Amino acid sequence: MYDFNYTKPSSIPEAVQALGADMEAKALAGGQTFIPVLKQRLNKPTVIVDLSELGLRGIAADDKTVTIGAMTTHHQIESSPDVQRLVPGLAKMAALIGDTQVRHRGTMGGSLANNDPSACYPAAVLALGATIHTDHRSIAADDYFQGMFTTALEPGELITAIEFPVAEKSNYEKFRNPASRYAMVGVFVAKTAAHGVRVAITGAGQGGVFRHTAMEEALAKDFSPEAITGIITPADGLNGDIHASPEYRAHLIGVMARRAVAAA
Amino acid sequence: MPQVSLTVNGRSHTAEIEGRTLLVELLRENMGLTGTHVGCDTSQCGACVVHVDGESVKSCTMLAIQANGAAVTTIEGIAESDGTLHPMQAMFREHHALQCGFCTPGMVMSAIDLVQMHPEGLTEDQIRHGLEGNLCRCTGYHNIVKAIAAAWPIMHGKELPLAAE
Ligand SMILES: Cc1cc2nc3c(=O)[nH]c(=O)nc-3n(C[C@H](O)[C@H](O)[C@H](O)COP(=O)(O)OP(=O)(O)OC[C@H]3O[C@@H](n4cnc5c(N)ncnc54)[C@H](O)[C@@H]3O)c2cc1C
Ligand code: FES
Ligand code: FES
Repeated sequence: MYDFNYTKPSSIPEAVQALGADMEAKALAGGQTFIPVLKQRLNKPTVIVDLSELGLRGIAADDKTVTIGAMTTHHQIESSPDVQRLVPGLAKMAALIGDTQVRHRGTMGGSLANNDPSACYPAAVLALGATIHTDHRSIAADDYFQGMFTTALEPGELITAIEFPVAEKSNYEKFRNPASRYAMVGVFVAKTAAHGVRVAITGAGQGGVFRHTAMEEALAKDFSPEAITGIITPADGLNGDIHASPEYRAHLIGVMARRAVAAA
Repeated sequence: MPQVSLTVNGRSHTAEIEGRTLLVELLRENMGLTGTHVGCDTSQCGACVVHVDGESVKSCTMLAIQANGAAVTTIEGIAESDGTLHPMQAMFREHHALQCGFCTPGMVMSAIDLVQMHPEGLTEDQIRHGLEGNLCRCTGYHNIVKAIAAAWPIMHGKELPLAAE
């Protein structure tokens, strides 16, 4: 790891200023992605801006929305009674990320800023039609994800919170890579008042998370696993690697989606 | 250079460190607490697990400076001062839950956190899933699972409601 300067601002404006003042400054959340990246010398920041004292940790809920601070850990999300009750698929998803030690440090904001094509949260955010709040604007989920490791965030822009609508139905099924524990294929199904039925797929697409519109249309008419049994997912545009071919991933999408619907 | 002040196993410690110093490096190299191991250095194996403010974390994937002001507990800090082993250590010994011992410090620290997180009880399945962040190349895990199930009643002072087989 190259050495760097370190700063821990105590307000969002100070953090934004520290990130804006220097093109090579980088934000640090839970470090569960960023510290491994630094160890591999894939990144050489001049200054690391620690976000842990900006007051961005915590979960607030009312009868319509659940708002999760960017620095809230996966462990806090999986064990929140509000998330378990109002968006159960999201609590289940958080509990399936990595392992206990990763969940104690890793944050929702860090995961969404990174937008790894195998990461879990992008599927929940897209299927539920969540809103990403940043230091100066709000971004709809549909506009936020722009391809693998690419988002609508501008350089130095900070995610402050993610706002989820309360779900009528929500569930996540993940076929995990047994070594890395990331999703080889992950399917989030959701039904919300604002967006109806949505199905979002992570781990499989070359361009990162995507919506499965054929399944959405079928499930809007009949929310049952049988309704999507006949839907074939084309392998075009899906990832192929040593773990799974595009054809196998296409098959897994169907299996994971049916399981997710059956238990939603 | 940044300064870090933290409590390790109940003793306060202050050091001047480079920003890039990992928590595990501070513990092993600066403080000589070599019980915490580095197996992979890539956040996979869990040999480096310690508790930071009561939560198990991988100390190879945390900067020392991020632990500023925190209370850290390592494998060296869990036995009593007269040498009486922590119940988890005692059960690892009793059930032969280690062979080479390399993974053991991290296993024990993860296992203590797992038992503490589940006062309601712990099934064999939950124990096995709870150890997802810790790899062991020797034991095949079976005796580790037994040791953890045996430590649960001692740590909680009551019988384990859903005993692991
Ligand atoms: C062993 C292991 C297994 C894992 N398994 C899974 C898995 O199954 N599923 C999964 O989804 N993930 C998995 N992860 C990744 C994990 O969820 C990370 O915690 C997450 O991807 C990054 O969150 P972080 O808080 O650690 O962010 P960091 O690593 O601190 O930061 C990641 C990036 O986001 C930027 N950033 C952080 N916070 C903000 C913010 N608020 N605003 C703007 N930019 C920000 C940082 O500058 C950095 O570029 C795993 C990680 C490990 C080590
Ligand atoms: S050395 Fe930290 S997880 Fe392997
Ligand atoms: S006892 Fe040798 S690695 Fe676990």
